[in-house]
Amino acid sequence: MSIDRRTFLKHLGAASAAATLPFSLVEVAWGLGSKPAEHESFTFAYISDSHLTHIKGTRFTSNFDRGLRKAVMEVNLLDPKPDFVIYGGDLAQLGKREELDHGLELLSGLRPPLKWVIGEHDFYLDMGEYWQDKISPLYYSFDHKGVHFVVLNSILTHEAWINQWTTPMERMLNMARLDNPRGSPFMVGERQLRWLREDLAKYDDSIPIVILSHSPLYKIFKPWNFWTDDAEKVQKLLRRFSRVTVLHGHVHQVLYNQIGNITFYAMMATAWPWPYPVSYVQKPNQVPKLTVFMNRADPFHSRDGTGWDILDMDSGAITNHYQLWLNENRTVAFDFKLKHPVDLKFQNPDKRIPPQLHY
Amino acid sequence: MKHRIIVFLALATPLALGDEFSQKDLERWRAEFNTVMEKGEKLFHSTLGSNQVSCDQCHPNGANTHPETYPKFQKQLGKVATLREMINWCLQNPLEGKPLPLDSDEMIALEAYITWERRGVPLAPGKH
Ligand code: HEC
Ligand SMILES: [Fe+2]
Ligand SMILES: [Fe+2]
Repeated sequence: MSIDRRTFLKHLGAASAAATLPFSLVEVAWGLGSKPAEHESFTFAYISDSHLTHIKGTRFTSNFDRGLRKAVMEVNLLDPKPDFVIYGGDLAQLGKREELDHGLELLSGLRPPLKWVIGEHDFYLDMGEYWQDKISPLYYSFDHKGVHFVVLNSILTHEAWINQWTTPMERMLNMARLDNPRGSPFMVGERQLRWLREDLAKYDDSIPIVILSHSPLYKIFKPWNFWTDDAEKVQKLLRRFSRVTVLHGHVHQVLYNQIGNITFYAMMATAWPWPYPVSYVQKPNQVPKLTVFMNRADPFHSRDGTGWDILDMDSGAITNHYQLWLNENRTVAFDFKLKHPVDLKFQNPDKRIPPQLHY
Repeated sequence: MKHRIIVFLALATPLALGDEFSQKDLERWRAEFNTVMEKGEKLFHSTLGSNQVSCDQCHPNGANTHPETYPKFQKQLGKVATLREMINWCLQNPLEGKPLPLDSDEMIALEAYITWERRGVPLAPGKH
């Protein structure tokens, strides 16, 4: 039972690392009108937004190191093992080689294979050079057990913005600042859109599609780049498929939405939680009404409001188990009758609790 | 003797009434406030502690600092605390820095910025 797994996770000390996490695929039968599987069911994990920060020499910000170390340890305890792990981007804080190398070192302890998505914090110092050389291509696709996965680099922006800075670090710092009035919106860009169209052309409408991007492929709040400028163009290319899910990082919070045929899930960050844009009253936002917010974090516990995700893929839909450290875990599953994701415990407004109110 | 002189001077300059202020005064005072608030914005976006972390990383535009709710009971401090004490809490913990004196220019600047980003929100002392 999932409760046992959660209880287990909560009481897991570093000393019990030899144990395994009891976990069974039987749990995916949620009784939400799910259709018979069109593909083999499987589980994968998602770790994101670690923001490893180099101080000097061998020193890194320990708070953020601890988040990634904890996620790696817990993913390794899953039994059965997830088929693979996605790293969702923002491994580094300022794109430095020290930070990316440190991230590779911490992630080298992970047993399942890794698939990589790049974030803006990894990219804007050297425009993705080190990442492509040492880690992964910036966009690519792969098939797994009858599901087509596409990784996009969604954090590109205008050439004029990129070229206006005197040094690469100045550019990086300006992109790293979330509330920067001199920031620039994320985009996928025409070249990648053409590639995506060709990549998808090989597939029938009935194949389940999972898109992996760092930024949300819809528009939530431009001032903080919870936003992809050409998101609608991507959505349009995906419209003909019957089951599409977008998994994204970047927003450091529980967030989910449904736009037409596309289900969107945000993944947890291991570094720190972000406020919901509703908490900044000076500018309007388009935060999805569907989302039941995560609990407001306690600043007295550095791991509160952070975590990682276990994803069950069944019948072309994803059940998202948010692993929330120092909080009750949350499960959000696609409801085939309502045709959108629902939180299995808190979706009903009568079930909400006070810490879910953000203001 | 002293008193008489003051009375005499006041009578001689009847236009210098009490504390009446002009549009120009208002503009100057606003500019003084803005200078301090903008200094606070810079501090809020700087690595003030020892670990290369800045306040805005977790509080973009000062969000989730809730200045309108102070003073309020903080169970972890076991008392009704002020905004400045919570600023120091975050300075000492997420930023691994030294606390600021509560009446320092830097503390006042941080408070000015945080409060400015929250302008227009009704006061809600004690709210959680
Ligand atoms: C690593 C993340 C992190 C950093 C960096 C950080 N804080 Fe916080 N802070 C939090 C969290 C989480 C909360 C709790 C938010 C809530 O109550 O919704 C918080 C709460 C606060 C509060 C109280 C808010 C309330 O609702 O009562 C204040 C004030 C505050 N922070 C100021 C600052 C200042 C000033 C800095 C920089 C010196 C800073 N914080 C840096 C994470 C951070
Ligand atoms: Fe991030
Ligand atoms: Fe990001």
